[in-house]
Amino acid sequence: MKLLELRHLSTHYVSARGARVTRAVDDVSLTVGEGETLGIVGESGSGKTTLALSLLRLLPPAARIVSGEIWFEGEDLLTKSHREMRRVRGKRIAMILQDPLASLNPLFTVGDQVAEPLRVHEGASRGSAWARARELLRAVRIAAPETRVREYPHQLSGGMRQRIVGAIAISCGPRLLIADEPTTSLDLTIQAQYLQLLRDLQRDRGLSMIFITHNLGIVARMCDHVAVMYAGRLVEAGPVARIFSSAAHPYTQALLESIPRMADGRKRLTAIDGQPPDPVALPPGCAFHPRCPKVLDRCRKEAPPEVRVAASHTSRCWLAS
Amino acid sequence: MKRFIVKRLGFAVISLFLLSLTIFVFVRVTGDPAVLLVEPGASAADLAAIREQFGLDRPLWVQYGSFLAHLARGDLGQSFYYKTDVLELYLSRLPSSLLLAAVAMTFSLVIGIPTGVIAAVRVNGWWDSAGKVFALLGLSLPSFWVGLLMILFFSVYLGWLPSSGSGTVWHVLMPAFALGWYFAAAHMRLTRSSMLEVLGSEYVKLARLKGLPEALVIAKHALKNALIPVLTLAGINLVLMINVAVVVETVFAWPGIGRLLYEGIAFRDFPVVQAIVLLGGAMIVAVNLVVDVLYAVIDPRIRYER
Amino acid sequence: MNGSGPAAGSSRAAALTLAWRFASFRSEGFPVLPVLILSVLVLVAVFANVLAPHDPEVGALGDRFRPPAWQEGGTRDHLLGTDHLGRDVLSRLVFGARVSLVVGFMAVIFAGILGTALGILSGYLGGWVDQVIMRVTDAWLALPALTFAIFLAAIVGPSAMNIVIILAAVYWTRYARVIRGEVLSLKERDFVRLAIVAGCSKRTIMRRHILPNVVNSGIVLATLMLGVVIVTEASLSFLGVGVPPPKPAWGLMLADGKKGLMAGYWWLTVLPGTCIMLLVLSANLLGDWLRVKFDPQLRQL
Repeated sequence: MKLLELRHLSTHYVSARGARVTRAVDDVSLTVGEGETLGIVGESGSGKTTLALSLLRLLPPAARIVSGEIWFEGEDLLTKSHREMRRVRGKRIAMILQDPLASLNPLFTVGDQVAEPLRVHEGASRGSAWARARELLRAVRIAAPETRVREYPHQLSGGMRQRIVGAIAISCGPRLLIADEPTTSLDLTIQAQYLQLLRDLQRDRGLSMIFITHNLGIVARMCDHVAVMYAGRLVEAGPVARIFSSAAHPYTQALLESIPRMADGRKRLTAIDGQPPDPVALPPGCAFHPRCPKVLDRCRKEAPPEVRVAASHTSRCWLAS
Repeated sequence: MKRFIVKRLGFAVISLFLLSLTIFVFVRVTGDPAVLLVEPGASAADLAAIREQFGLDRPLWVQYGSFLAHLARGDLGQSFYYKTDVLELYLSRLPSSLLLAAVAMTFSLVIGIPTGVIAAVRVNGWWDSAGKVFALLGLSLPSFWVGLLMILFFSVYLGWLPSSGSGTVWHVLMPAFALGWYFAAAHMRLTRSSMLEVLGSEYVKLARLKGLPEALVIAKHALKNALIPVLTLAGINLVLMINVAVVVETVFAWPGIGRLLYEGIAFRDFPVVQAIVLLGGAMIVAVNLVVDVLYAVIDPRIRYER
Repeated sequence: MNGSGPAAGSSRAAALTLAWRFASFRSEGFPVLPVLILSVLVLVAVFANVLAPHDPEVGALGDRFRPPAWQEGGTRDHLLGTDHLGRDVLSRLVFGARVSLVVGFMAVIFAGILGTALGILSGYLGGWVDQVIMRVTDAWLALPALTFAIFLAAIVGPSAMNIVIILAAVYWTRYARVIRGEVLSLKERDFVRLAIVAGCSKRTIMRRHILPNVVNSGIVLATLMLGVVIVTEASLSFLGVGVPPPKPAWGLMLADGKKGLMAGYWWLTVLPGTCIMLLVLSANLLGDWLRVKFDPQLRQL
């Protein structure tokens, strides 16, 4: 049994009057095994974050999960009540957000914010929750946790704050950790340290991880599997080594070619010619066809189905079938 | 930080200077100031005496210098009607005004904050629409008319509350409500927009990701942050309430600064009117300064701007 | 407007939303009801002589405190009753519309011209001109508007024209602030730069290039200020430093109405206030709509 299995998940944004529908996540199926790391790659606006938030059922009011199943530890999360879902969040599935400066509440101490999930999920007393908060800070390699717990976020550096967000994420011993571009706002050395920390935590605690990024270099370092998203669809998925050596989809190939040009790891994926499609008015057929160097006539009319290229390697491209 | 405070202090001093200059110039250039500075119905000899006393025949800048010197000493002149020092008179009325403002502020916050929170949490829902109507009415109905309607209803028809005067808890209710009504709408609007902003923030997202109950997310993580701008505005509004209560205090015969201003007009007691304008402006300059400096102390980001 | 959205929430919510839209047509369409009310009030003000059944300033003491026609003791001759001097309330309301609208419009326009001019000078010329104008604006904004107006009224004495000048003197600062901000961003735009390169004089640029581009904001602001100005005028008249009696101003009628309040002569308080409310509410709704429609930058206001 896989830890997490998504079956044909679709999440749509509906505009205020229901006139326009944006298919932010469209018919996505994927799996994450115990202790595995899955990288999700794509341009901004390709639906990566919406996919992650769909897993936790914490979507903005305009978004709806319209179909699919989310199997986690043998349960379909979409059939759970709000109350049950709340016990999943932070306890069994944790998430790290992009911006460490903005994701801690400026008005509460670090200790309070790290101890909070323990108090809510495990009913820990204030004293024991704070004691464990100090341990968690030590686990994410923050020096002098005894004094840091009493400090406020603005007194800490960006790197430290992001590690505190990490401490919050692992506080209740989750099985799955979702990290949404957790290093974009950090500078390079800190980035490397943080990635190392996440890997160590994952190994020590046997976590499964979903790593959302636009940086294929990070994927190569961190992940076992990779899934490539384009305009809400999964266009290619497979083991990292396999995808890096023999990508089947022209989009993935273009991404791989652009790696050297984004050496500093901060640039968005703009190296591919053309603009990302307008999510409200997607082109007919394969959404990538206007930018695809290998476009066929068929691509303009029919969307390609998901095909198995090799064992656990799938692609949505007419060229692959 | 220090530079920021010094700069703001400098602006405040300039504002006070310009305030006094404005008042001075308006009094001197719009006709004969002696007529304003002397009691109604005074003789020609009295007028001459006033001109002599205030040196109204001297150059304007000399007059302004002595005007400033008097202000600096806290000498705002003598009331014609009460025959006392204007500053003393002002200070004797201040407690009443403060009491009224405090109760009105309580009303406005007790009404404004919860409705604003509900409107933000249920955005575009029934409560939000009702809140918009309420805010619009609050900002459109003159407070003194609200006061008059309340007298009609609660005093004349129902006979529950005294229509005017002061002394008991019952006396303060209607004027405080009439005064607080407008501010309740303002506080509701700001609470709503501030809450909406905070509810969209990353730390509220993280609080939800932690699996906290929604009530805790709103009451602990969102509300505390959202209240900062609201309470700041409330601080400024408290000072404003003292200075805009004139119509409400007149309607309810409440013995505060506003009533004093009304008497100042009615008895043609010009030094009183002038003092109330000057002190009102000075209070607002001061509270703006305090708010700016407090913000700079609380929020490190402001210090680095400019 | 089309009301064919997905039905969200209860029917009560839908009904209220519908009522709200009908009243304001918020950002969706033209604010029909407010504009209708404003038009009616303007027509009433223009044709006051024709519409008013009686002289608004002369009453018969024998007819004091007559209730509206539908109440016991009321007569058809005085549809909305009479005041403490036996003057016809309907006629005073009708002529009061004229006073409120004339004072309101003129004050808003005067303040607008003064504030816009100073805002353009301040924003375009910059330097010490900007410093002086903005420091004065700051200082004047610190004065509580109503108190400041009362002070000015105490100096110059009551008359309808003086009220207009006083209100303009108090409220021009609101325009100056906003217009200056607009000018600062316009200054960086290409067409202004081109004009500078082409050698146009500062005067020409301000008049030909800057002014036409801030007129929209000025009009939106003026509509929003109309309500504020009318309430201030009513307050001044109520306090006895506004429009002098026996002229029929709504604020003055409320002050007179207070004399009959304890006796329960409700029409003297309810009716003039309702007129003020309708006028102010309509102006605010129209202003809100204009703001969203024409000037997204002003949304922060």
